[in-house]
Amino acid sequence: MTAGAFPDGGGHGGVRRVMGSETEYGIHAPLTPTANATVLSARVIEAYARLNSSRLAGEAGARRATAGWDYSDEEPLHDARGWTMPRNRAHYSQLTDVEPVLDATAVALAHGRAELDYSDVESAEQPLMNMVLGNGARFYVDHAHPEYSSPEVTGPRDAVIWDAAGDLVALESVRALQEADGTGPVNLYKNNTDNKAVSYGSHENYLMPREVPFSSIAEGLIPFFVSRQVLCGSGRLGLGQDGRGVGYQISQRADFFEAEVGLETTIRRPIINTRDEPHATADKYRRLHVIIGDANLSQYANYLKFGTASLVLGLIEAGRVPKLQVFEPVAALQDVSHDTSLQHRVRLIDGRRLTAVELQWLYFEAAKSFAEETGAGHPSQGDGETHALLTAWEETLGWLESGDERAAQRVEWLAKLRLLEGYRDRGGLAWNDAKLGLIDLQWSDIRPEKGLYHRLAQHGRMEKLVDDAEIAAAVTAPPEGTRAFFRGMCLSRFPREVTGASWDSVIFRLPRQSRSTRIPTREPLRGTRELTGALFDAHQDAEDFLRALQQQ
Amino acid sequence: MAGQEQINPSSRNEEQAEEADAAIPTSPAAQSSAATQGVDDLLDEIDGVLEKNAEEFVKGFVQKGGQ
Repeated sequence: MTAGAFPDGGGHGGVRRVMGSETEYGIHAPLTPTANATVLSARVIEAYARLNSSRLAGEAGARRATAGWDYSDEEPLHDARGWTMPRNRAHYSQLTDVEPVLDATAVALAHGRAELDYSDVESAEQPLMNMVLGNGARFYVDHAHPEYSSPEVTGPRDAVIWDAAGDLVALESVRALQEADGTGPVNLYKNNTDNKAVSYGSHENYLMPREVPFSSIAEGLIPFFVSRQVLCGSGRLGLGQDGRGVGYQISQRADFFEAEVGLETTIRRPIINTRDEPHATADKYRRLHVIIGDANLSQYANYLKFGTASLVLGLIEAGRVPKLQVFEPVAALQDVSHDTSLQHRVRLIDGRRLTAVELQWLYFEAAKSFAEETGAGHPSQGDGETHALLTAWEETLGWLESGDERAAQRVEWLAKLRLLEGYRDRGGLAWNDAKLGLIDLQWSDIRPEKGLYHRLAQHGRMEKLVDDAEIAAAVTAPPEGTRAFFRGMCLSRFPREVTGASWDSVIFRLPRQSRSTRIPTREPLRGTRELTGALFDAHQDAEDFLRALQQQ
Repeated sequence: MAGQEQINPSSRNEEQAEEADAAIPTSPAAQSSAATQGVDDLLDEIDGVLEKNAEEFVKGFVQKGGQ
């Protein structure tokens, strides 16, 4: 294999490593604005499950054949700094290791309004809260939002593809729901705030070798996270958590961060999240859980978000990350976000003052020279991805710095800003005009006919990284280079026998056996097409397949 | 015009920005009117898909807490 081809991290100097995305969608039923968000979200998941089952069975209204989630390896209270938070001190939203049941308590905890509608909750069949998909993803209700967690992929280009596939899953769900239900549309938004003090996340996950000390990860990443929003922020109209401050800012998320390092994800949000839930062999790997990113519709913004983070983690692993320490990082994060002129200078502990773009250049230069040394970044003999990522990073930073309008075809906050400016110029609208607020919101509507990002993309105003056909294929096909291949194939091949799955397990229940068989998948780089493809080809029957698997 | 300065994503001040913007197109008159027409058409099209009653719609978009 060529240099840098090992995607598990560990100083190879390239972008390739095991990674994945999580998107919580904003949810809104305009005709029933008081509908409970948890109930609505469950309806979305349920609609997709019905669609999925009828496809599998080849007929509408078939029996629901859906694998549940296996919770046995969830450890949301393990802290990467070396301790575990006691359950009784955790916020209820942190207890993600138990099966949520949609009962009156769950609905009430999701802060339902006065007109709570329990009719769905008390219906005979418990609504579905969790699905594992044939592409290896998880699609489920996370508190009060539908969430799509992508399957594990091995590089930023695939991260973009399987993240965008999630938007198609979400789109199919709301279309199916509207057809079946008739109570009016349920809209999903790929954004991160309602502009009324509430934020919800889009997280990134990166696999790292366990031996890298957590303190060096936090130190190396903070200045990177403070500055990367100039490339991958999605733009937000309004300042402050409640959005009442007048103006436009770079990031959806920046104003919601209140701490530098911490375990929480829903309260006192930290720039560096310490949740240590590897979903893999724990003495070998950590899963870095990044909660600070904006949800991206722009493919290039998403590509740069995953690719540059992976390169910077490689620098940290190799002890080559630029030595930068930001003075008061939380305030700096927000100052950078609030200055769309990109002129704000971030104060460093050593007295230097650098703009976010200048900070990004330092990371770029370090990553480029490291990738050149290891060979991962070589245009023809490299790992096949790092050279392209470095090129895109360099071009985009250069365009931002020189004011080249090509930046607006990649950088999402700038594309949205140009659209808002177009309306301001034409209609003389103030920054707090309701129409501009609607444009900011509708930018992220996942429907191609309504979403304004999608409208711009249809006009060729957003540069595309991947073909629509590749994204469409990823709705059903798992990535081939990780255990997601095994998971996804098990689910689509044996929908009746697979009764549960998680990141690190697949559970079979064979018709003639009283006990389930749990197949652990704790190595993210096993279960690939290379390792298991032939088994799936050779065995059409679940029992034969399991027998052959266990003989391996 | 303070707002304008805020939204110029370049390192230049407003005057320089105007000069530079004028310098980019190779045949300025034709290109800029074509570009303006393109933007106008796009805004018209978007006007057609925007949700009705912007103020009420935006006000109604209230989310519960998330991660």
